[in-house]
Amino acid sequence: MYLYDDIDQRLVDERVAQFRDQTRRFLEGKLAEDDFRALRLRNGLYVQRYAPMLRIAIPYGLLSSKQLRKLADVARRYDRGYGHFSTRQNLQLNWPKLAEVPEILAELATVQMHAIQTSGNCVRNITADQFAGVARDEIVDSFVWCELIRQWSTFHPEFNYLPRKFKIAVNGAVADRAATYVHDIGLHALKGPEGEIGFRVIVGGGLGRTPAVGHVIREFLPWPHLLTYLDAILRVYNRFGRRDNIHKARIKILVKERGVEKFREEVDAEWAHLKDGPATVTETEIRRIEGRFTRPAYEKLADVDYTGLKTPFNAWMRRNVHPHKLPGYAAVSISLKKTGVPPGDMTAEQMERIAELADHYSFGELRVTHEQNLVFADVRQAELHGLWLELRGLGLATPNIGLLTNIICCPGGDFCSLANAKSIPVAEDIQRRFDDLDYLHDIGELDLNISGCMNACGHHHVGHIGILGVDKNGEEWYQIEIGGNQSPASLGKVIGPSFARADVANVIERLIETYLALRDSESERFVDVVHRAGVEPFKKNVYANLDQKPANRQRALAA
Amino acid sequence: MPTLIRNRQIVNEPSPPDLVVFEPTDDLAAKAERIGALGVIAVNFPKYGDGRGYSIARLLRERYDYKGELRAVGVVARDHLQLMAQCGFDSFLLREGEDAQAALAAFDDFSESYQANAAQPVPLFRRRAGR
Repeated sequence: MYLYDDIDQRLVDERVAQFRDQTRRFLEGKLAEDDFRALRLRNGLYVQRYAPMLRIAIPYGLLSSKQLRKLADVARRYDRGYGHFSTRQNLQLNWPKLAEVPEILAELATVQMHAIQTSGNCVRNITADQFAGVARDEIVDSFVWCELIRQWSTFHPEFNYLPRKFKIAVNGAVADRAATYVHDIGLHALKGPEGEIGFRVIVGGGLGRTPAVGHVIREFLPWPHLLTYLDAILRVYNRFGRRDNIHKARIKILVKERGVEKFREEVDAEWAHLKDGPATVTETEIRRIEGRFTRPAYEKLADVDYTGLKTPFNAWMRRNVHPHKLPGYAAVSISLKKTGVPPGDMTAEQMERIAELADHYSFGELRVTHEQNLVFADVRQAELHGLWLELRGLGLATPNIGLLTNIICCPGGDFCSLANAKSIPVAEDIQRRFDDLDYLHDIGELDLNISGCMNACGHHHVGHIGILGVDKNGEEWYQIEIGGNQSPASLGKVIGPSFARADVANVIERLIETYLALRDSESERFVDVVHRAGVEPFKKNVYANLDQKPANRQRALAA
Repeated sequence: MPTLIRNRQIVNEPSPPDLVVFEPTDDLAAKAERIGALGVIAVNFPKYGDGRGYSIARLLRERYDYKGELRAVGVVARDHLQLMAQCGFDSFLLREGEDAQAALAAFDDFSESYQANAAQPVPLFRRRAGR
């Protein structure tokens, strides 16, 4: 954890006071609804379908057990005793009362938490690789750079009223686990020829209504220039990004309309004035931030041999346990994707138990992943079996990381006022259909992502299978894409006309059958087959098999 | 009449008839040569959430070295004031209906900022180093 100093704490406290005053003025009728909207969104507060929704920031997904206990406490006292981990590594409460939100924020501030800039047209929570600091292929600890950027972006006076929201991801390892190509800005750490650290700067990626893969606008930005270069990009965007049409306001549209070359030139022209200025990052600051991060007191351990184990512990070891840079340690994914539980949801009791387990097994810290799971980053290999037993008792040991049932899913029409369709029941249908663990493991790695509308909170465009809820004449239908991938980024292709909810699980089954028939070996993943064989054979099999179904005839009528 | 705040004081004076107003889409470079001769420049905020004027203010102050009065006009509300001041505005023509007296408190909402700003040209991280 980055531990606040007195200034970090003071700013968060002052934010609570500011929002308390804004809420009071709104409730007294002194602040118009529209103006208050802009202000409350900057504190993560939406007004949703049934109640307000509060999105609490978990900067780069890193949490202490103390903070998780506070989240449990807040969920219990101010909400209905559960929370939802989002794909932006934040926690959402779905039932807070508007008038109580300042109190909730004050509670959060006591454990160095807040909801600053978790919504609104400003720089949002910075996301990162969930294995930062422990990955074997690490180049830099991305958390340090995320914290630097968090502070730069917090209440940035010039960039608080951007044309649209702005999402930055930082990846510090060789493999890109932070989806840097589908963010407004993606930063991918690299080492230069002399071993110096820099960042590949990727701009203009994003999901949503107009999905786009980002463009590299600078192959190697030496680290001291990180903030001045970000200032330059944001300034070009703030001044010239479109404000006439909300659907064309993201930076990806500006980059597309300008062309990458022209956009790069404009950024460079701006940067020429800012480069080497006061915002140039110093070695001292990087050391200061590093020094404020708590670090595990690792022991010298030897690797533990777990070969020859019996299922189901073995299944969990294979899917949910990841290598660690140090011998004798492992990182563990805690799946929040048990069948029958909305993906990413967690009860207050589970949060408290997980906090205890984090204290016992992983130095009191945990991470939230963009796949809506949790990670214990520093578990002694010798204690894996004990941890597994504990997690199993909590229903949090589903061995499905990387598999079809590890579904990324937005809250959808059950909660969200933007949604065209429900997403949680679709996830559940699919999980039920694929409940045979052996079959699931045989299918192998498969990312299945569901969004309830084209805002794409469920990242459907980069799912190997992506499902998008659409509205047709007031009815819920589901469009299916295949071939998307997070890294290297590729966007899925729609297979054809959409389906009724009752047919979705059947369609997924047809897709999987097609894949299993086409794959040349177990190591050729679903997405590899789509990229090799194209969409056509999948499409053919799906629609040929669906023609006789009553729901499909209805679809033809509705279309 | 909308109220003017200058240097954290409420002042009663009409806008000068020849006030030069920068719109969000104006080409700063084209107007730059005139900037030095002006005593007051206004920057218009056409909407509550239109943030282009913040960049224009910083450019006028930092790139074009404008030293005169920089006035935010248009949809200028209490909750904008501190950020605007940090970007270099020193006068604010509040929109109709704003409580000017109450708005004065907004300049002190935050006692520090991470970034360099008009009042503090050195970002916090460079000052923290000496602590």
